Amino acid sequence: MREYTITQIQTIMISIEDLHKSYGKTQALNGIHLQVEPGELFAFLGPNGAGKTTTIRILTGLTRLTGGKVNIGGSDITTDPIAVKRLCGIVPQHINLDSELSVYENLDIHGRLFALSSDVRKQKIRELLEYIELADREKDLVKKLSGGLKRRVMIARALLHEPKVLFLDEPTVGLDAAIRRRIWALIKRVQRDGTTVFLTTHYIEEAEFLADRVAFIDLGAIKAIDTPGKLMEQLGVWALDQINGDDMETRYFTTRKEAAAYSASKDTGFTLRRVNLEDVFLSITGKKVL
Amino acid sequence: MHGFIAVYLRELLILKYRLKRQLAGMAVSPLLYLVTFGYAMGDVIQIGEQSYLHFLIPGLVAMSSMTQAFSIATDINVARFYWNIFEEFQAAPITNLSYVAGEVLAGMTRALMAIVVILLLSLPFGVVLHYGPWFWLGIVCNSFVFSSLAVALAMLVKSHADQSLLTNFIITPMAFLGGTFFPVEKLPVWAQMLLSLLPLTHASRAIRASALGESVLWWDYVLLLSIGALCFWFALSSVNKARD
Ligand SMILES: Nc1ncnc2c1ncn2[C@@H]1O[C@H](COP(=O)(O)OP(=O)(O)O)[C@@H](O)[C@H]1O
Ligand SMILES: [Mg+2]
Repeated sequence: MREYTITQIQTIMISIEDLHKSYGKTQALNGIHLQVEPGELFAFLGPNGAGKTTTIRILTGLTRLTGGKVNIGGSDITTDPIAVKRLCGIVPQHINLDSELSVYENLDIHGRLFALSSDVRKQKIRELLEYIELADREKDLVKKLSGGLKRRVMIARALLHEPKVLFLDEPTVGLDAAIRRRIWALIKRVQRDGTTVFLTTHYIEEAEFLADRVAFIDLGAIKAIDTPGKLMEQLGVWALDQINGDDMETRYFTTRKEAAAYSASKDTGFTLRRVNLEDVFLSITGKKVL
Repeated sequence: MHGFIAVYLRELLILKYRLKRQLAGMAVSPLLYLVTFGYAMGDVIQIGEQSYLHFLIPGLVAMSSMTQAFSIATDINVARFYWNIFEEFQAAPITNLSYVAGEVLAGMTRALMAIVVILLLSLPFGVVLHYGPWFWLGIVCNSFVFSSLAVALAMLVKSHADQSLLTNFIITPMAFLGGTFFPVEKLPVWAQMLLSLLPLTHASRAIRASALGESVLWWDYVLLLSIGALCFWFALSSVNKARD
């Protein structure tokens, strides 16, 4: 008899159905539906209090859901949280390293928590410290590192057990522009190396630059979901900001010519720029992301 | 098992970095008691045949094994409310049992260290007692009770301030009343019955009897172990409550 190997091709990495979460009377999530494919870089964009952190915390088993279903890599978060946790790496919004321990010790404890053998731990830690360009700082105590370096250590820690999905909650909040770009490059590289990435942000450029697909989240619900390009196409390509006293009015055009023609017909001042995700967010939710 | 080792090892590493401060902390209050009550008042107070120091040292051992084991709660709180490290454990594929066992053992380790400090400090006072297996077993049982209780309460409190309140209302009174500084047998019967409800009263009695070379009461140990098992179970069932 011949033996067949059945390879199940996984087409969905993260599946969220009708997710609800309430904290007492506060309804933090109001029925989220969402699917993320393997290898995708998916971004949740929304203002503070929209429910981004709550979603990530539920997906990674830190917070319990109050309704709906979450499945990651084929395992259900409610019935088999330990299987889900094995697949996930998390970089939380706030620094949560042991600041009194060294960089190496922080990573080593993490490796032990994920049952990596001593040899694997040693080798992976070396590799990852190279990867985040911190190989010479392994013995330093975490409290001596800058904010940007701490973020990088957190990313290395989250990658140590080779997760299938990396969750990043506002990975560049509070970092200056140059360091932000380095973190972005690192995140892109993680995706290129085959990891599915799920990140949240309230920075427009971050979502535009990084994401394959973006979901707008506001008041615990998804308002739109698509590639950044398709989302912006709905409005147009060019935006013309016109200042009227204290107010600003923006009009959208598909070609530069149309925009120019419109501005020529009025005699107030205009600023012409490309449409960005902020415009789309504003037109859908009626409010700004920041 | 791997989870348990990771949790325990992390606490040991932190202990290692803070070793000097920790040892100093473990030494201060026993030293003050030894000097004021043992040395300065030693001749005034006499309990039975022996000097007060003979009575006091086992009491200090019982008290410190309680307070030091219980202080693991402070570390858990700091890790939970200030550093958010607790999330690392929650997000790891480990069981609640691994987590609780790791933290409880860390608390017990601390208690044992504190006892060694006290015994070393008592050497210059010229008092050497019997430090046999029953003595150490008493310490293990007592620290198991209070370390488990500490982990359970640390999971349930909503802030570090709540934790301090619990310490003030549970641990501090018990430290004074649990047969540490005075013989419970000298009190009226109703008070003795009341104090026998405190686990520390049994721990002091067991530790003191073994240290003075007297025969120990086995039910003190059984009782402590049972209370410890109860607290451990309480801790285990509280871990999920720390998840919002
Ligand atoms: N532990 C909590 N207890 C009560 N309410 C909470 C808790 N965490 C979040 N919330 C509420 O849930 C909503 C969503 O918060 P969050 O997910 O942190 O938003 P975001 O990460 O998008 O800024 C907010 O209204 C917030 O106040
Ligand atoms: Mg957030």
